Amino acid sequence: MMELAKAFLVGGLLCVVGQILIDKTKLMSGRILVMYVCLGCILGGLGIYQTLEEFGGAGATVPLTGFGFRLAEGVMKEVDSAGFLGIFTGGMKAAAGGVTAAVFFAFLAALVANPKEK
Amino acid sequence: MGKKIGKQTVCLSKGVPILSTASTVGPKEAEGPLGAYFDKKVEDALFGQETWEQAESFFVQENMALAVEKAGLKMKDMDYILCGDLLNQCTGSCFGIKNFDIPYFGLFGACSTMGEAMSLGAMLIDGGFAGHVLTGASSHFCAAEKQFRFPLPLGTQRPPTSTWTVTGDGAAVLAGKGEGPKIVEITTGKIVDMGVTDANNMGAAMAPAAAALLLAHFEDTGRMPQDYDVIATGDLGTIGRELVVELLSKEGYEMDSRFTDCGIEIFDAEKQDTHAGGSGCACSAVTFCGYFYPKLKAGEIGRMLFIPTGALMSPTSSQQGQPIPGIAHGLVIEGCGKGAAR
Amino acid sequence: MQTTQKAQQEYDKMVKKASPNSPIFTNCLKAFVSGGLICAGGQLLLNLFLERNFTENEAALCVSITLIGISAVLTALGLYEKLGKFCGAGTIVPITGFANSVVSPAIEFKKEGMVFGMAAKMFLVAGPVIVYGTLTSMLVGLIYFLIGR
Repeated sequence: MMELAKAFLVGGLLCVVGQILIDKTKLMSGRILVMYVCLGCILGGLGIYQTLEEFGGAGATVPLTGFGFRLAEGVMKEVDSAGFLGIFTGGMKAAAGGVTAAVFFAFLAALVANPKEK
Repeated sequence: MGKKIGKQTVCLSKGVPILSTASTVGPKEAEGPLGAYFDKKVEDALFGQETWEQAESFFVQENMALAVEKAGLKMKDMDYILCGDLLNQCTGSCFGIKNFDIPYFGLFGACSTMGEAMSLGAMLIDGGFAGHVLTGASSHFCAAEKQFRFPLPLGTQRPPTSTWTVTGDGAAVLAGKGEGPKIVEITTGKIVDMGVTDANNMGAAMAPAAAALLLAHFEDTGRMPQDYDVIATGDLGTIGRELVVELLSKEGYEMDSRFTDCGIEIFDAEKQDTHAGGSGCACSAVTFCGYFYPKLKAGEIGRMLFIPTGALMSPTSSQQGQPIPGIAHGLVIEGCGKGAAR
Repeated sequence: MQTTQKAQQEYDKMVKKASPNSPIFTNCLKAFVSGGLICAGGQLLLNLFLERNFTENEAALCVSITLIGISAVLTALGLYEKLGKFCGAGTIVPITGFANSVVSPAIEFKKEGMVFGMAAKMFLVAGPVIVYGTLTSMLVGLIYFLIGR
């Protein structure tokens, strides 16, 4: 139960930061997503995001910063095992599952759904 | 240059009567406060077509034909069609009218297109180049969102300054002779760029152009705001209207409640969640054709200044960080009956 | 109408005064609750997968795939857009928002064909996320390669 509460808190707070950015800077959602991925990746590289993940669990990994964090983790692991070439393969390998899932589901959705009026 | 008065205004010698108008709108407009005034209300924004863009063209086709029919004329009686829309290369208009087989000038004035079409149509007639001119403008919420903003299923919040593109088409038949409210003066607007870059605040981008048009018009004609029963801008919304009032008050003109905006009239901002108001070419077009025209015809409005407003931008110019220049076109239209004698 | 720089600055002030701000407090509250709930849901799923003897990495991936799938269904039904209007960043920031930004152009642009419409436009909104995510990961990898090991 505590786990859930922590995930709720961390995830919720990450969303609040995004909301403040949207309302205060008129940033489009696409830019927010880019910022979050890069930020998560950098914090992951610096070893900071790991702490957040330990505390928040899914609250830290479900927001898009978690996606960036996974990229950082992946690339560092790959550099450990494959050396320099790991720089080229690590990030994409870590992102593969999520991106492929998004492509697959988007394709399915486009097959069955039609654009709707608001 | 005998017909020109002042720097931007022309006076049409006998006035050009508007024989008829027609308005076709989508479901949201039909639910709005002006719902009862529109000729045709479409239940599904796709209008039985495959795509939003084709739906817009179908709006144009059906509504243009309706306007001609209401004038008691045949399409072949039209000498010219002048119309435009917001889609790339004005495909909404040209695919809508391509089967009419009538000489066509495609226009782009962003959301001010109805004003541009009626201005040029009236001048064609006054110049003796045409007996009947069919004018119109259209827009479609879904097609506009897709082109200018985001895919519709994307979950985003609209800021309170944003406006809602009207789905529909407005058309008017202008003639050399006949009965109907008359276009008597035309003030053509200049592009005004006040450096507004926020594409979610179109009212603010266009307000300076509307204010400049009003100033030029008052100067050219020597009239005051109070000389009109109605002054209606196109799609400034609540924020844009407020800004025009403020800009004009700085210049010594006091606008009162006779000054309204089609974008404010067409939706109930609270109930319909349209934020600052309606926008798009169809906003001024259907509001004029559906709501104001009958009042002019019945003599309830003696003299009206109709000012469709437009924001001259494209997704490319916006992404390149260019500001959003505005434009506005003014038409003085005199109602039928005793109102006109004023 | 004067359009000098000074006039523009003055007008900018007028516009700011006339334009209402977004209700930031209520928006933040909505974002907090909705985003928090999505993450708590993610945690619930994570625990579920962990119980089924998935490794931590596998379980995390399963959570992502499940959430992306749910988001795709909601987007296809036209519901995610309604949620997004209410929740704001609460439904943009989680991975469901990423999925929504991939699925919505795929649906919207399918009328322009399955190749140049659906497929070409699929990453219209989310493409930059992949591009900058990849570039940042390369930077992290490079620095790690040079000084981190």
